[in-house]
Formats: sequence, structure tokens, C-alpha cells
Amino acid sequence: MRPEISTFIMFIVIMTGFFIANDKFLSARNIRIVMGITPEYIIVAIGIAILMISGEFDLSVGSVFALVPMTMVQLVHQGIPPWFAIALGLSIGIAVGFVNGFITLRFGIPSFIATLGMLYIARSLTTVATGGFPPPFPHSLPNELFVFQFEVFRASLFWMLGVAAIAGIMLHRSNLGNWIYATGGDTGAASSMGIKTNNVKMFCFILCGFLAGFAGMIQTFRIEAPLPSQGYLLELESIAAAVIGGVSLFGGVGTIFGAAIGAILIRFLESGIIMARIDAEWFRAGLGSLIIISVVFNTWVVRRGENMVHKNNAEEDMKDENNTKEKKDEA
Amino acid sequence: MSNENIIECKDLNKYYSGVHALKNLSLKIKKDSVVGLIGDNGAGKSTLIKILSGAHAPDTGQIYFEGNEVKFKSTKQAMNLGIETIYQYSALIPQMSIARNIFIGREQTNFSLGSIGLMKSKTMDKAAMDALNDVELHLRSPDTPVNQLSGGERQGVVIARAMYFKSKVLILDEPTNHLSVKETNKVLRFVEGLKKQGVTSIFITHNLSHVYPIADHLCVMARGEKIADLAKEDTSIDELTDLLVNG
Repeated sequence: MRPEISTFIMFIVIMTGFFIANDKFLSARNIRIVMGITPEYIIVAIGIAILMISGEFDLSVGSVFALVPMTMVQLVHQGIPPWFAIALGLSIGIAVGFVNGFITLRFGIPSFIATLGMLYIARSLTTVATGGFPPPFPHSLPNELFVFQFEVFRASLFWMLGVAAIAGIMLHRSNLGNWIYATGGDTGAASSMGIKTNNVKMFCFILCGFLAGFAGMIQTFRIEAPLPSQGYLLELESIAAAVIGGVSLFGGVGTIFGAAIGAILIRFLESGIIMARIDAEWFRAGLGSLIIISVVFNTWVVRRGENMVHKNNAEEDMKDENNTKEKKDEA
Repeated sequence: MSNENIIECKDLNKYYSGVHALKNLSLKIKKDSVVGLIGDNGAGKSTLIKILSGAHAPDTGQIYFEGNEVKFKSTKQAMNLGIETIYQYSALIPQMSIARNIFIGREQTNFSLGSIGLMKSKTMDKAAMDALNDVELHLRSPDTPVNQLSGGERQGVVIARAMYFKSKVLILDEPTNHLSVKETNKVLRFVEGLKKQGVTSIFITHNLSHVYPIADHLCVMARGEKIADLAKEDTSIDELTDLLVNG
């Protein structure tokens, strides 16, 4: 059984649990509230998951999540046309991803360190860019296009689905996806088969930075206020989402579906705790337990699968041996 | 086995920081044969493989491949000519499926933008199973992750990969190291199968009993020199053991 399937089972169990605690948990109103904010987190988790599958980390996504929209807003205040400001803002995300990748790969240091540095640098830049006060949201920005509230869902859900579809096809169906898994699975073996592993990793760093910035933009567009504190601790939550969804910390394993389910699970856990009238401060304890339980459960599921295969292999070997014996006896 | 030589080496010499690792080595390898290259540690086997696989260049001497002189600058060049080397620790990604491993870096795609395209998964799965069947390796599904295979089966997958991409010469570096008796026999069967399909194999080992049953030709090395080069019908396991031990 695949790890993301066990995450899905856990998702169903937790949803049912909260539904029993309060049947309004699955009301259209609550789903509308939760799914209104979740797409942003899913998009970040997708970027992180792809990068982790390639064998690297990005701790700067939370800061990029704030820096990119802040850049857009300030550029518009400087008189730059909105769409041009959006393009420039998103290219900041790409640039941060590139710098993360360049430092990690060029100097051969762990991405954990390179992006930890970037976490502080990008957050600091965001605060400096506010000039002391969070600027007002310029309504010339086309925010409705990204966050318009339909009956139940927001436009951001469809943007997220688009991102997930493209990322899913890229990771699971294209040869580039094959190289990403190979690079994260065993960098040495992948490069001996002619894969340019550094280019593959660089692509994933850039994609991760871009998606973090894009998701941050959606959040700012939704709340119509660029806050320098936006995305605080999001890097850990995104890694948590990926890991809950079955992405391996060591690279080479994971799916887009898993990361998305992980992110949704975290948001519904938060909502469920509130709806069950538990003190909201328990959310972090719940998330912490969820991380540990899901990884233990995933590991157990995978081991069980492997043991079954080994048992089958052993049985077949026994059969082989019996056949050979019979042949010998006949001779 | 034909009488044509696929590889011919003349007077190869190689020094590593003053150590004379390969001394005037000449060797002829016949097309479609299995050559057992045996010798103790430090006999110069690895140096010879590195030269044949394009990883290192000889200091003096010539190599002829299918009658033409070749000077390899990289392993990729040797691979393009059809000389593929399989090292002890095979180049497989443990978490990935058999089919994906066989096609790593050489995926078949429907269309491509630059070098990126959508993989033809079904075609690749089928080709992978056919390639495995060609080396007499019968596995249930091309989707099985490689880390669920035994050591011998993994060697089989690597051999199938080399076969699928039309290698003419396969250099196997200690392919039976750390394998159980049963697994060793599996690998030997794969190598025997190669001969039938017109692939020449050079089987490097320090274990004579592994290579003797399947080899057509045996070449013994010691201290960087070739000390014996015999067709199997002209020798016996006792003579070879004596050569290996007493050099």
C-alpha cells in the first residue's frame, strides 16, 4: 500500500471524528470557510513536496510567501502597472529559489542551512520594504481574479487545481518527473545514468520559490492587506503537510496528491478543534501528534508491504527448489 | 562464438603515481564469447576494465574495437559504441520501479519541448518486461520497486538495461560478489543468455568457480601482467587454480 493512501484513510477518520463531535463541521458554511484559505497552503506544500522528492529542503517559503506580495503592493504604490508589478513580484520568488539552489549546489552545503539563512534574509527584506507601516492594499490589483468567492469555493481553489494538475503531470507523467525521483532517490546513480542532477535540483528550487510567492500573493489578495508577518512558520507547516502526505525526508518518495491531502488535513484539523469547542491552543498539540502518528503509520504500512513481498519471494524460492528436486528425482 | 575479434588490446601500459599497474598487456576478445578475467586483488583487473570502459586512458598501447583503433575520452563515448560496464554497486534507484529504472535518462516520450516530454508509460512497461524476459528474468510486474528485488535480480535488471540499449560488449565487475549461491547461479544464467543474443561479456571475478562453468576463454592476471590466456578446452580448473595461487 502506498503511503499517501494511509494519509487518505487518516483523513477520513479525522473528518468523521470531528463530524461526530459537531455535525456543523461538514456544513457548507464550514467547508466554505476552510476551503477558502486552504488552496494557498496546498500550493506551497506542492512546491515543497517536489523539492523534497528531489532531495532538498526550502525553509524560506514562509518568508517568500510574505516578500513576493509585499513587493507587488509596493511596486503598485510606486506607480508600476498592476500586471507588471505581479510579474516582477513573482520573479522575486523565482530569484530567491535560484539563489537558494545556487548556494546549495555551488558550495555543496546542505539546503537546510542555505534556506535557513534565506528565511531570515527574505523576512527582513519584507519588513524593510514596508518602511515601518504595512501599506494599504491598492485596489487596482486584479485580486478578484484569484480570490472571487463563488457559492462555496473561491477562485483560488481553481488556481490550486490548475497548479496541482500541471505539477502532477510533470512529476508523475513526464521524463522530468522521472529525473526528479531518480535525483532524490540516489544522486550518484542518477548522474551515472547521465542525468544532470544539479540542473534538476535547481529547477525544483526555483519552482518551490515561485509557488511560495504565488500562494502568498493569493493570500494577500484574499485578505486585502499586505502584512509583513504573513506566512510566519509556514515553512514548518508545509514540510509537515508534505511529510503527513507520505513525502520522504530523504528524497525520492512522495506524490502531489499526498502533499495536497496533508495540507487539507492540517486546515481541517484546525477548524475541527475550534468546532469541537476545544481550546484553539490545542491546535499545535494536535498538529504535532498528527505529524508523528502519520509518519509512524506510513512507515508501518510500507514495511508491512515489503515484508509481504519478501515472504512471497521466499515462497517462490521454495517452489523453485522443490521443482529442481523433482527434476533430479526424475533423472 | 565467432573468430572475429571484437576487442583487441596491444601492449597496454598504465602507471599510477609511479606504480606500474598494467604491464605490456595484449588481449584478444572474440565476438559473442564469455571471457573470464580472473586474478587476485591488485592483479590489474580493475585497471584494465577502467581502460576498456573509457574511464581512464592507457599511457601507451592501442585498443581496437571491431577492427578500428579507438581512443576513449569518456565512459559515455565507450557506451555510445556499445561497451557498457556494470559495476559492483549497480546504478539503480532503489525506490523506483523496474521499468522506470531501465529507462532512466533514456525515457521514451510522446512529444518533447526541448528534452522534456510525456513518458510513454505503457510502451516502456512492456519493453521493460520484454527486456527482462530476454535475460530469462521473470518478474511479476514492471511496477515493482527495485528495493523489493534480491541482489541477483537487481543485477539482472542492470543487464537487461544494457541489453535493451544494444550493448555489444558488457563488462561485469565482480557481479557475483556478496550474493548467495542461488543468486550467483541466477546471475550466471543471465550471462550465459547474453552469449545467445550476440553480446560479448567480460566477467571479472576473483572466484574461479563462478566464471569457469560459463566462460569460453579464461585470462589470468597477476601483478599487472597477463600470465595465462587459455581457451577453456585447453585448460582445467586445477591448472587455473594453480596459476591463481602460485602466479
